[in-house]
Amino acid sequence: MKLSLNWLREFVDVDMPVPELARLLIDATAEVESWETIGANWEPDKIRVARVLSVEPHPNADRLRLVTVDAGSGTQQVVCGAPNVAAGQNVAFASEGARLRDGHTGEATVLKLRPIRGVESAGMVLSEKELGLSEEHEGILVLPDDAVVGRPLVEVLGDVVFDISTWANRADLLGVLGFGRETAALTGKALREPDRTYSESGRNVEELVSVTIDAPDLCRRFTASVIEGVTIGPSPQWMQERLKKAGMRPINNVVDITNYVMLETGQPLHAFDHDLVRGKQIVARRAIPGEKLVTLDGIEREFDGEMLLICDGGGPVGIAGIMGGGNSEVSESTNNVLLEVANFRAGSIRRTSTHLKLRTEASLRFEKGIGPEMAEYAQRRALHLFEQLTGGKVAKGLVDVYPGKQPRPTIVVEDERIARVLGIQVPVEDVRRILTDLGFVCHFVPPGNYSVQPPDWRPDVEIADDVIEDIGRIYGYDKLPATMLRGMLPVPEPNPLMDLRENVRDLAVAAGFQEVITYTLTEKAKLERVVSPADAARMSPLDVVNPVAAQHTYLRTTLRSSVLDTYAANRRHAETGLRLFEIGLEYLPTEADLPHERPVLCAILGGPRETRWGRPGPERLDFFDAKGAVEAIFDHLGIRVTFAPRAEFGLLEGHTAEVLAGKEPLGLVAQVHPETAAAFDIDEPVFLVELWLEDMVRHLPERPEYLAPSKFPEVRQDLALVLDGATPAGRVLEIVRSHRSGGVRIRADVFDEYRGPGVPDGKKSLALRLRFQAEDRTLTDNDVAKIQQGLVVRLGKEIGAVLRGG
Amino acid sequence: MPDVDPRIEGLRTEALAALASASDEAGLEQWRITFFGRQDGRVSALLRSIRDVPADQRAAFGAAANAVKVELEGALEARQEGLKSAALKALTTEAALDVTLPGRPQPLGRLHPVTQTMRDCLTAFQEMGFRVAEGPEVEWARYNFDAARIPEDHPARDMWDTIWVNTLIDGERNMLLRTHTTPNQVRVMERTPEPPVRVVVPGKCYRQEATDATHEWMLTQIEGLAVDEGVRMTDLKGVLYGWARKMFGADRKIIFHHSYFPFVEPGVEMAIDCFICRGSGSACHTCHGTGWIEILGAGMVHPEIIENAGYDSSKVTGFAFGLGVERVALLRWGIEDIRNFYANDLRFLSQF
Ligand SMILES: [Zn+2]
Repeated sequence: MKLSLNWLREFVDVDMPVPELARLLIDATAEVESWETIGANWEPDKIRVARVLSVEPHPNADRLRLVTVDAGSGTQQVVCGAPNVAAGQNVAFASEGARLRDGHTGEATVLKLRPIRGVESAGMVLSEKELGLSEEHEGILVLPDDAVVGRPLVEVLGDVVFDISTWANRADLLGVLGFGRETAALTGKALREPDRTYSESGRNVEELVSVTIDAPDLCRRFTASVIEGVTIGPSPQWMQERLKKAGMRPINNVVDITNYVMLETGQPLHAFDHDLVRGKQIVARRAIPGEKLVTLDGIEREFDGEMLLICDGGGPVGIAGIMGGGNSEVSESTNNVLLEVANFRAGSIRRTSTHLKLRTEASLRFEKGIGPEMAEYAQRRALHLFEQLTGGKVAKGLVDVYPGKQPRPTIVVEDERIARVLGIQVPVEDVRRILTDLGFVCHFVPPGNYSVQPPDWRPDVEIADDVIEDIGRIYGYDKLPATMLRGMLPVPEPNPLMDLRENVRDLAVAAGFQEVITYTLTEKAKLERVVSPADAARMSPLDVVNPVAAQHTYLRTTLRSSVLDTYAANRRHAETGLRLFEIGLEYLPTEADLPHERPVLCAILGGPRETRWGRPGPERLDFFDAKGAVEAIFDHLGIRVTFAPRAEFGLLEGHTAEVLAGKEPLGLVAQVHPETAAAFDIDEPVFLVELWLEDMVRHLPERPEYLAPSKFPEVRQDLALVLDGATPAGRVLEIVRSHRSGGVRIRADVFDEYRGPGVPDGKKSLALRLRFQAEDRTLTDNDVAKIQQGLVVRLGKEIGAVLRGG
Repeated sequence: MPDVDPRIEGLRTEALAALASASDEAGLEQWRITFFGRQDGRVSALLRSIRDVPADQRAAFGAAANAVKVELEGALEARQEGLKSAALKALTTEAALDVTLPGRPQPLGRLHPVTQTMRDCLTAFQEMGFRVAEGPEVEWARYNFDAARIPEDHPARDMWDTIWVNTLIDGERNMLLRTHTTPNQVRVMERTPEPPVRVVVPGKCYRQEATDATHEWMLTQIEGLAVDEGVRMTDLKGVLYGWARKMFGADRKIIFHHSYFPFVEPGVEMAIDCFICRGSGSACHTCHGTGWIEILGAGMVHPEIIENAGYDSSKVTGFAFGLGVERVALLRWGIEDIRNFYANDLRFLSQF
């Protein structure tokens, strides 16, 4: 909404500085985004009103004319190229040094006078573009006839135009009058309502038109009047100025009046050429499905059976509340005007305009909800202007079909409720003043109630809390103190999955990984690089109807492709290894229900290991870096896991392990298959960790398993075994860790794996560090030797391992 | 004092000279073995040789030899001390480090700046008794809109440009990517049979809109909701004041101004005073010269929503607020372009 300060001042005195008014409106009424000062650069002594006294041809140029003007200080001659300049006009006149805009480029410039085609020019007659008012440069700006010659232009045309976003429930604020009411309530100034008087000098309106409403659920009120004998012509300058400032194009006096009154009151109006209305009858009815009409914009529109049409005796002449038809349009030859001011159901207008993809100034207002009383208000205001500006005779009476008339609602607002909601007591006199200033009828009913009737233009006020909002915003939210919540704390609702997720996030960071957050919508082709065709067929990703871009169409069913993409994008800038992770959701489709949103950690690492100097070293990060991070995380969480080989699409077989708690897989550690990596433009080995948080949470210990440190020393022993090359180290550890002998606990770790000279072909040597400990005594060398002997026998029996060199 | 046996004096002179020329630990050890070795150390030998001294001279010889032994032991100790302190001295002088050389790199991860900001915000609210709840990102239109009093034909729907999921259920398109965290107000109240409710709901939201320096189509919100008997708008102000001071500094001021959201009544927007220009800069890019930075939307929960939850709206009131985490992160760190967050360039992320 563009709001002209001059226009606003017609309804209420404003004597505060512009920024203060803006602040007041922002705090209580609507969002003032910005404002533009028209004429901020017009120096009063350099740009003034002048009268054109005569126009003569230029001796040396056909297209130029010599114009004599009076700018209040004697006559001056200027050279002018505008085709529309004529004697008797009032124009904007600039003298040497005036700050203007260039008529062609629109850039700021300062007027420097020089002879034009051999003739001196004393100044310049200005176009709207040169004044910065619009892009209009075809002709000069013609000022109203009553403009005072010699007066600074800034006093005639200067204004401030606010750009304001209004709220979706306030159609009244799509009219200048609405801001007049708010400003009056906020400043305590009186409101001057627009003139709605006229003489009914024409025939009885009933003789000229009849109106029927066939769809009272969609059309609550329809008023019509007829103005006979209008003279079509341009509307007065002041009206055109205001329309332009509001962003509308002046057309002719009849159309301009309807637009002007809409901008003033927020109530849309529509003018028909009365002579083109067939049968002199109007019917508001639902469209017959498939019915068509060419609207004012020249486009043929087709309707469904829920759309409301305005019809005459011959068929549709307009889409109710949205746009009129071309067949009844007011034109140069119009003599008589039928003026429609109606009220339509907001939801219906919105539905129709959405379906037809046709948003108009009228539909934007109707869809917000307008009080039906406003139809008559705007009708009478427009008739006043028709009588003043078109020379027409206004018919006697109004056609007013009003099936939706309802008694004015009364809302009881308890004083106690005001305090309950706002948290403060608002004095009775303030409540009364605020509501009355806003147009409410308000009675205080002792001991503690207000009986309130909202004004006609505020159908958004339905319940007591709506009234309380109006009280609060005008009274001022700055009067609310900041208090602390009282009462009981709610019962806590444990959420172990969320706690685990945040814990894992911290652990990943502690393990050296940088967190990333990627878009959850991606491309199908990218998902297909990391999801097997069988899985893709079983769980086809959900797509969206209206993506912001084609590459954000599918809800991801895996995080792998996004994190690999992020790795590749960062690889270009990084010399040394990268460790990235994201914790996010997979969106797994579910039949006829919302998708399962599955939280997953996905990490990718790879690249050269750093040297002491932070430079890329000869070694690369590898599988065991990834696995080490996983082990650290699970160790910290207290979940005992083992690792087993696994085959998985997109991951390199023989370099892929699943993380198991018992038999249940909780995640993966793997080298990404080089071909998959290459599909993401990654040409080095990269390793993936994926952790499935929903599965992990079931294995979280309630509390950490805890052993007091033993009072007795532990005995350390190294053990070198030779065994089959295919036997996993994990199997050896499993046997050693499960070995029990006389209450002695054995902890074991692998510290070397060796194949080559000294170890037979097909075999490998594993070096183990064993730590023996008893809870109740100091172990002797003899004890340890005996246990170790038993262990070696068992290893031999179970996996054919022998002591190296033994 | 009688003349000292020349052997003793010779040994003493020789030992002291050798000690003076031993310049390190190894030299000292060698000296110790030479003179004090248990078997053939020369001082030990000297002491043993007392057996060969005539009986009348033994006492004098013994005393002299012993004196030399004590003197040499002392000299060794002094020499050891000297060497040790010289070595320590050397550590601080010629062996001193160039402390301006870089440290050995440690792999150290970081949280994404949006996660950090989210956690800081949640912590602030948790300290005021709010607990954290979550809800689905892919949502039914009835939770995202209808239950929040935004029916299909209402222009308020224009406030949220929606990305719709391409599924039809019973011939209707009713699944969407939530445009705000507001649907969780309804979900939380649905599963809470009786007030009090005091939750913050963090999560991603989505908007069908073009991105620019201040708009992203994927965004992170925190929804707050407190419902109970006696919850007032002044409490809303108190909670948000606490949060704003925690996030933006203890001297922050806040104001409410009128706004409209269908699910609250009254509805407000909250602004904080501009901590960049402190209200003095008409050219300030952060507040555009107004001195105030719009930061979140809030209000008192609409009585209809309270009633729909099964609570008595004549007694039970509530407030709700929704804030954009990215916006808070932009402001607190003076980041100029929101698109940095999800571009995931480590050169950006690793600075937070
Ligand atoms: Zn500022």
